[in-house]
Amino acid sequence: MKALIALFLAFAAAPALAQTALPPAPWADRQIPDARQERAAKALMETIRCLTCQSQSIADSNASMAADMRSQIRERIMAGERPEAIRAWLVARYGDWVSYAPSADPILWPLWAAPLVLLALGLVLMRGRIRRSRS
Amino acid sequence: MIAEAGLIALWLAASLALLQLFLAFAGLKGGKVELLAAMRPVAVAQGVLTALAFALLITLFLRSDMSVLLVAMNSHSAKPWLYKFAGTWGNHEGSMLLWVAVMGVAGGAVALFERALRRDTHMATLGAQAAISLGFYAFLLFSSNPFARVDPPPPDGQGLNPLLQDPGLAFHPPTLYLGYVGLSVAFSFAVGALLTRAVDAAFARAMRPWVLGAWILLTLGITAGSYWAYYELGWGGWWFWDPVENASLMPWLAATALLHSVTVLATRDGLRAWTIMLAVVAFSMSMVGTFLVRSGILTSVHAFAVDPERGSFILALLAVYIGGALALFGWRIGSVREGAPFELVSRETLLVVNNLLLSVILGIVLIGTLYPLMTEAFGHKVSVGAPYFDRIAGPIALTLMIAMAVGPLTRWRRDRLPAVGRRLVIPATGGAMAAVFIAAVAWGRIGPLPFFGLTVAIGVGIASLAPLWKRKLLRTPLFTWGMVIAHLGCAVSLAGMACDSAFTVEKLVAARPGEAIRTAGWTLRFVKIMPLAGDNWTALQADMAVDRGGRAVMMRPQSRFFTSPPTTTSEAALLTQWDGQLYVVLGEEVEGGRWQLRIWWKPFVTLIWFGGVLIALGGALALVGHERRGWLVKWRSRRAVA
Amino acid sequence: MRRILIWLPLLLFVAFIGLFASGLFQPDDRIIHSRLVGQPLPAFDLPAAASDRPGLSSEAMTSGQPRLLNIFASWCVPCMVEAPQLMALKQAGVAIDAIAIRDARSDVDAFLARNGNPYQRIGLDARSAVQIALGSSGVPETFVIDGRGRIAYQHIGEIRADDVPTILARLEDAR
Repeated sequence: MKALIALFLAFAAAPALAQTALPPAPWADRQIPDARQERAAKALMETIRCLTCQSQSIADSNASMAADMRSQIRERIMAGERPEAIRAWLVARYGDWVSYAPSADPILWPLWAAPLVLLALGLVLMRGRIRRSRS
Repeated sequence: MIAEAGLIALWLAASLALLQLFLAFAGLKGGKVELLAAMRPVAVAQGVLTALAFALLITLFLRSDMSVLLVAMNSHSAKPWLYKFAGTWGNHEGSMLLWVAVMGVAGGAVALFERALRRDTHMATLGAQAAISLGFYAFLLFSSNPFARVDPPPPDGQGLNPLLQDPGLAFHPPTLYLGYVGLSVAFSFAVGALLTRAVDAAFARAMRPWVLGAWILLTLGITAGSYWAYYELGWGGWWFWDPVENASLMPWLAATALLHSVTVLATRDGLRAWTIMLAVVAFSMSMVGTFLVRSGILTSVHAFAVDPERGSFILALLAVYIGGALALFGWRIGSVREGAPFELVSRETLLVVNNLLLSVILGIVLIGTLYPLMTEAFGHKVSVGAPYFDRIAGPIALTLMIAMAVGPLTRWRRDRLPAVGRRLVIPATGGAMAAVFIAAVAWGRIGPLPFFGLTVAIGVGIASLAPLWKRKLLRTPLFTWGMVIAHLGCAVSLAGMACDSAFTVEKLVAARPGEAIRTAGWTLRFVKIMPLAGDNWTALQADMAVDRGGRAVMMRPQSRFFTSPPTTTSEAALLTQWDGQLYVVLGEEVEGGRWQLRIWWKPFVTLIWFGGVLIALGGALALVGHERRGWLVKWRSRRAVA
Repeated sequence: MRRILIWLPLLLFVAFIGLFASGLFQPDDRIIHSRLVGQPLPAFDLPAAASDRPGLSSEAMTSGQPRLLNIFASWCVPCMVEAPQLMALKQAGVAIDAIAIRDARSDVDAFLARNGNPYQRIGLDARSAVQIALGSSGVPETFVIDGRGRIAYQHIGEIRADDVPTILARLEDAR
């Protein structure tokens, strides 16, 4: 299956061949000197979906637009913006699709409820199989 | 002629499958179990023919026979032979033929080697296997013929995707498919047992080695795939929660649950209905995964040549086989008696907890993977990725690990809580000490999930060895060793995951030759950058002299350019040490003669895959252990007769 | 209770099959539309991307008349494909401004010399910052901006000949 992932990534990267020769944005592949800020930026980038490649985060993509997004995120983190504010800003533009972290939108409530429902169902099933010790 | 011979072999195999199905039907209907003797050679011949068809396709690829459409589309004469060989399954038709070949050979093996199963159940099982095979033969012959000719043949082929041109392709897909499709045997067993009302401990003992075998290969396949993606994709990640990966994880989760429930059924004659359900679910997940990947409904439009006809065909197969098995389950399982309930403090209970948690994780992965599809039906696009899976499945997986540690230290049937508690004192102390130590060393740097992950890994690692405590190691049965090693493997793998996510040091730098880069105690001297020619690629290669105080080692990351098809890939350089891996990727040239480098120091990351191999090894020991007992019994009885 | 549990897997499976079938047969729509359609243009002020056209600011787009905002790049092949349609729109009297993404002035000049120049103003967005602020996910894209500076419509991908009437109608709606 991993072979197929690779296959997929290669195809997804194909349009990226027609990319600009312009050098990457300054903070696309440069780390913020403050380690704490860099960690926050990196954590955010890993959960923002690349728009031109469709199945990678911008942290894992060579696409030029992903590089520009990385640069923008680092610059905004350095300017003191909170990661969740940046995420909200992006979601306001691209919708929930752009964030790998599902939001609390009502359409996602079933997703968040699913584990509880599954656990409850499992416990109901289990209850019949186990009896209290007689001792 | 080779292509035609392959096609004929497939048609013959398909007709034999039809015959096999008919024999099973006739035998069961008329109560003539002696027909089983006739079914055996048919199933074996079917296995031989599918293996032959697959071997012929490999021959066509090795010979670069461009008059065969599939070869022309996916191969190139200038490719190294290994990738011609492995390229056979690096495409849709070839991998489906591999699927069918594994299914045929597995069916043949069940006919040849299975002796413990009741004869009517054995018959029904072979019939079910033939029925599943028939659908996939039809799929191959009517919509994915790998042997189709192209006239006139092109001068040369279009080549294989360079990302797949890696030794990983030779190992990973076949292993994964052996596991994936090997689960079809468990599915057929379940159908057979339902049809002949034979769900009992003897049935479970017969099914267990087949489940174990498929599970071992699936474990190896996933482990290999994860490592392959880790070094080939060049981002230092080893799991992305991509739909395609989730598709391979789901059958593994189901098979792991099945492995444990079948043990409960074999030992205590409990969990009958549940075991049958899991056997159906495990292979169903294999088929669902195949559908998700090949129909392209989840991945991007760029992913695969999306073919609605093929998608519909697989969907129809899913509906018939899974729907049929679940309907049979509903219809027949009511008559299967459940055994007496278990005591609360007993190994059975912990195995039930194991099954519950594995199933919940399976459900979460399934729902998370499919959720974007559901919301899209309402016109709302969402993404579900690592933040969801980590946050939800992570804590459940840690709970599962704890149950895994306690289970083997609890007695079958009935145990006393204080006694179990006493056996857990040492592991719990170890885990607590580890927690204090990690907190002291890394507080503030380590997230909650890696923190608990590492703590649990250490505690569980100690606990998993406890069943060997005070035992004569050489007299300990092999299957106990297998369990211990597999459980230890889980802890080892978890420790690797936690270390990687907590302690990885990343360094992004643009450097020019002659500069030295320092990160995480390492010094990387960028010596030079040189062009290089390979078999079917050219590359730029950076020479990095790397040391951390001792002798310098040369690391050589590359940026490779392929011409057929034109693609650039980056080949990461990896340096494996006992305490981790140094991972260097050469990026693009930036201004001023500088090169973009991505460097990661990943402490103990190799434990992830080492743990995976331990899990598979444990499985193999358990398999040999259980089987050897069977062989010994047989040998003794034969001697007794003599 | 047990009866329900026994048939529950089959019921769930049928639901999944329905889901798969709907996924298989519904039109493949992987396009991510900007959520800013219907909202005011975000504020920006870009330098000139070409030698003979001024740069572009969001205020300049609020002219009382609907306009087109074309997102393009000299390195993008589909942008060449849509050039004749943009020229035709210009001929029809449509005011068109543009933002060039990750581009260099000499490249833009060469692109316009070869494909024609339908633009009144062209801003240079060297780091895709305005593109991201617009919620645009690639090149080329074309936005219809109404007279009050609101985004009225987003066309994703190159404008083909049969897209022109739609865009003209949208411009008319935005009036």
